[in-house]
Amino acid sequence: MTQLVNTNINGDTIGFACEADETLLDALRNRVGLKGVKEGCGTGDCGACSVILDGTLVCSCLVLGMEVEGRKVETVEGLSKGAELHTLQTKFIEHAALQCGICTPGFLMAAKALLKNNPDPTEEEIRYALAGNLCRCTGYDKIVRAVQATATELREA
Amino acid sequence: MTADTKFTGQTFKSVGTRPLRPDGIDKVTGRARYGADIDLPGQLVGSILRSPHPHAAIRSIDTSKAEALQGVKAVITSADLPDLTNGNSELFDILDNCMARTHVYYDGHAVAAVAAVDAVTARKALKLIKVDYEILPHVTDVDEAVAKGAPVLHRKCFTQGVEPKPRKPSNIARRSEFGHGDVEAGFAKADVIIERTFRTEQTHQGYIEPHACVASISPDGSGELWVCTQGHFVFRQHCAELLGMDVSKLRVTPTEIGGGFGGKTHVWAEPVALALSRKANRPVKLVMSRDEVFRASGPTSATSIDVRIGITKKGRITAGDATLRYTSGPYVGMWAELGAMTAFACYDMKNVRTVGLEVLVNRPKTTAYRAPSAPMAAFAVESVVDELAGRIGMDPVDLRIRNAAKKGTQSSYGPVYGPIGIGPTLQAAKEHPHMSAPLGKNQGRGMACGFWFNFGGQTCTDLNIAPDGTVALTVGTIDVGGARASLALVAAEELGIPYDQVRAVVGDTSTLGYNDMTDGSRGTFSSSMATIMSARNAITILKERAAKMWDIPVAKVAWEEGCAKAIGKKYGNLAPLSLAEIAAAAPNTGGPIAGHNELVADGAGVSFATHICDVEVDPETGRTQVVRYTVIQDAGKAVHPTYVEGQYQGGAAQGIGWALNEEYVYGEDGRLQNAGFLDYRIPVCSDLPMIDTQILEIPNPNHPYGIRGVGETSIVPPLAAIGNAVSNAFGVRMTHVPMSAPRILKALDEAEEASSTSTETA
Repeated sequence: MTQLVNTNINGDTIGFACEADETLLDALRNRVGLKGVKEGCGTGDCGACSVILDGTLVCSCLVLGMEVEGRKVETVEGLSKGAELHTLQTKFIEHAALQCGICTPGFLMAAKALLKNNPDPTEEEIRYALAGNLCRCTGYDKIVRAVQATATELREA
Repeated sequence: MTADTKFTGQTFKSVGTRPLRPDGIDKVTGRARYGADIDLPGQLVGSILRSPHPHAAIRSIDTSKAEALQGVKAVITSADLPDLTNGNSELFDILDNCMARTHVYYDGHAVAAVAAVDAVTARKALKLIKVDYEILPHVTDVDEAVAKGAPVLHRKCFTQGVEPKPRKPSNIARRSEFGHGDVEAGFAKADVIIERTFRTEQTHQGYIEPHACVASISPDGSGELWVCTQGHFVFRQHCAELLGMDVSKLRVTPTEIGGGFGGKTHVWAEPVALALSRKANRPVKLVMSRDEVFRASGPTSATSIDVRIGITKKGRITAGDATLRYTSGPYVGMWAELGAMTAFACYDMKNVRTVGLEVLVNRPKTTAYRAPSAPMAAFAVESVVDELAGRIGMDPVDLRIRNAAKKGTQSSYGPVYGPIGIGPTLQAAKEHPHMSAPLGKNQGRGMACGFWFNFGGQTCTDLNIAPDGTVALTVGTIDVGGARASLALVAAEELGIPYDQVRAVVGDTSTLGYNDMTDGSRGTFSSSMATIMSARNAITILKERAAKMWDIPVAKVAWEEGCAKAIGKKYGNLAPLSLAEIAAAAPNTGGPIAGHNELVADGAGVSFATHICDVEVDPETGRTQVVRYTVIQDAGKAVHPTYVEGQYQGGAAQGIGWALNEEYVYGEDGRLQNAGFLDYRIPVCSDLPMIDTQILEIPNPNHPYGIRGVGETSIVPPLAAIGNAVSNAFGVRMTHVPMSAPRILKALDEAEEASSTSTETA
């Protein structure tokens, strides 16, 4: 049965209709049109669909669309302020932390969630915080370096 | 090949720098469009019914209930994809794999498909299709498939490449052999001979983006396809042939590709989506689930390899012999052949023989995976080479340097090498600080070498000068690792203009001539060659236009630093004309200015790498962690060094996953038991250390800039490097990949038992 959901996505009040058993991932992609949220597995194993829900990193394929009623959802589309990129976005490009880019939206959200809670993470802390996000192109080296560079710049800002 | 493509040794201004990639912002903002991100008006959702059985005859398929379901717009079976292959057996295998005809050959084989108004209806419809199967005996294991009494997949399969033709059918579809010299005479000269059998399990490319496409066929016989692919021209060809369409009437537009590594070189669901669209007369979107990707796309081979190598006490290899059995799924492939060609390619050998056997099994059709077939062969050979070094008490790097192939060596697979990088990468490894760094408790260090051919192939490129003097470069090779940045650098270099003035895009199949796929590490190698030629053609026109503007002979115009310059005493005082000035005047000097090029990019320089790896093994659990890793590889010329490093690191990481953890696990029932990222675990961020890289540049003599492909070789050495590291840590020789914790623990326990037994008897 179709339900109406009112929520806040990237700072905007958004209403969408979805089925009771529809995932937040499908609702964001197919109902709201936010296709930066990617499906790599649909089972919570790859992290490509990561979004931040009320400040917590979640796989949107493991959340139902209806569950976000009255809550706050942040996706990759909300990272930049107008034309001004978030430091994470800039550093990912500068450090070549992406190749094919399909995992990048998820990594950016996971890294954002990490740095909010821990502005000065060690390499090991970064690696464990990003362990729920799969990347098959980079071997993670340049991703870790991009997050380290972001952390340094944000602390100095 | 024309003389124009010879290496000239020029110095570079743009090539070798590290600017930002043109696709970066789209990829960090969520704007980049991948296969599943394309939508068309009136689009239906396609879904495929797959066999739960590894081997069965299809007695009948009843689709009537599915067709009657509200919201279902088309149901298809093999009857809707009739055999138009006209005796082309390779194409028939593709057709049969896309939609099973008389038999299903693996768990996941497609048997029917539906298009419906939404995903829920499509899934309901699949459940209403009744397939009557006659279940047949199956075989999934490579050694069992070649054993006596194994169920034979195809009664008409008589081993090709064997004279006389075998009398009985078998699962060995093809035999190939390579080598030279007298192998037995070589072994007779050896002081030490080691013979071992190795096994490697089947792995998947593991791209994060599942296969996805949107197909739209019009009743007038034309069609469009948006798809994530490594080769849109090849997809167009196969799809048009299978559907009986005129090739030029099917326009294929490649989306951004979310990883491929060889797995997106082959059509799986695309002909099905097109057939659904044709029947429903509406666009159809078809996206594979992760489960489908594992069960029904194209993983690499499982292998079983016998290797025998002889050596003198002084460390000279006298002979090498290998028999390589590679699974190819239910259809004949060339995977064992590639393994046989690459096995001994690093070495200068007087006596060498390799035999490849393509083995049919009830597993999905094998497809390319980054340097396909080379990692398994290298695992076997490089493990034995290391063991030989130990037996004669020689440093394993020195032993390899002693036997390394060099310019003039006849390779084990036939051709004579030009200038190559195996010796230099080994020398660099010997001198690398990693080699002499201290090791901790339970740690071991290993190294290994790797080879890949690289490929050139058909290529076509357009370079259009816009009215403002900026440059639009259109290439036909898919960008899988930053090629648009590299090719823009090449165009900028050749034209003498800044990188920012060039924008590279990948054209669709209706905007460019045919291009081979992005495979064989050919993207940057071949498209840069065509880009250089396109730019040179454009410069010829630019000089003509400048001559016209100045009203001087074109022979008196030179192209320097992005400008036309008049030369000679008579005209030397004319102010140079910039690209922008010439472009602005184009309407009055002859119209648009462009350069085109079509070529077969011959002379892809072969590629070599040496890897160094430190592992730490937990003796209690067998869990093995890579703690330090170094990749040293020849790039010919690194166009964009950062993205070259990215290729080195990414390939190494895939090899590490293969070596330690990844494998297809089949049950007794022939069904895949781990068709998901939870149970088929690829390396995650916390599994890996930083991966150090060292780029060597030994120019490819057959490319104007000296470029070689760089994408694949990096996956070749890790299996053996890790195996050798484990061996050096604990004195156990690992012969079965992946070296998962239980296998390592078992090896450690057996070694301990053996040593305690020998102590007792002593």
